[in-house]
Amino acid sequence: MAHNESAPKAGHDAHGAAVASGGGHAPAKDDPHAHAHPTWKQYKWVALILTLITVVEVWIYYTPFTQSKLFVPTLLIMSAVKFAIVVLFYMHLKYDARLFRALFTGPLIIAVVTLISLMFLFGHLAIRAGS
Amino acid sequence: MSASPALDHVHAGAHGHHYTTTGLDSRKIAIWAFIGSECMLFASLISTYLIYKGRSVVGPFPHESCAPPACATALKPILNIPVTSASTFVLLMSSLAMVLALAAVENRNLPKLTTGDRILGSSKLWLWMTCILGATFLAFQSFEFTSFVHEGLSIRTNLFGSSFFTLTGFHGAHVTAGVIWLGTLLAIDYKRGLGPADAINVDIAALYWHFVDVVWIAIFTLIYLIK
Repeated sequence: MAHNESAPKAGHDAHGAAVASGGGHAPAKDDPHAHAHPTWKQYKWVALILTLITVVEVWIYYTPFTQSKLFVPTLLIMSAVKFAIVVLFYMHLKYDARLFRALFTGPLIIAVVTLISLMFLFGHLAIRAGS
Repeated sequence: MSASPALDHVHAGAHGHHYTTTGLDSRKIAIWAFIGSECMLFASLISTYLIYKGRSVVGPFPHESCAPPACATALKPILNIPVTSASTFVLLMSSLAMVLALAAVENRNLPKLTTGDRILGSSKLWLWMTCILGATFLAFQSFEFTSFVHEGLSIRTNLFGSSFFTLTGFHGAHVTAGVIWLGTLLAIDYKRGLGPADAINVDIAALYWHFVDVVWIAIFTLIYLIK
């Protein structure tokens, strides 16, 4: 037999949400966690956008823009955008349960705040009032 | 009905005992909690690198040339941006291959009418692609580490070497674990085929793989591009 007869007649979709199965895989209509995945075309566009941002990042590295005060913030913003795109679309956090978002963003916020705090503590970042 | 009673047991265990009161699969909750903890691990390694940045007494240095007496001989900036850009592209494409592998597993039972459908619906193809791209990234990293050692930078040379090799080495170890994990999925796919019932297992591996990718996105910018 393929399934334990005493087990509940349900399975899980790839998002980890319980779905009515009975051998099938379609999410239950009343399942609050059931969402559609992005399509192949969406995945293709996401990959294209990620590639373009990476190309721009590397191109900027070889331009005189590196001397600008905006160089580091620009790179950080582009990196954050790439990070968010992968997490939202490839890791499906945009479509997934809120608990997963909390499990990821909570530690991520702690990590980023700790990193920034350490930069201030060791003098790599400073706030100069009045300058 | 599978041919092996042992496999039947695995199937039953895989589908019947993972509920939580949230209605979510406990394995998926576990992988997200693990990824959260990994965020903090890599934040600590990146913090260490950034704190030590620019504080090496002797060369080679990441973005600056090094002339005597700081170095025994004149040295160029050691980071090789073109090579690392190529490896970054490879890792980004591996994430695309991974989502396509997951989609192929989820949609295995759908009819494949065209050649395009058959290509997109081949979980083996996309798992192979992800493994190969992951291995290519590791080859790039091996090349980079080897060239650094030949240019005089080891984990003991200076603060940059210590923090750089620790950070990128940890990331490389995670990629290696990911390639092995994907290899096991590929072996299962060849043995009995991966279907919609296995989607959760492939999704968990995919989440780990994408996390390794996003960590590299941060490393590439913070370590390689910001001078």
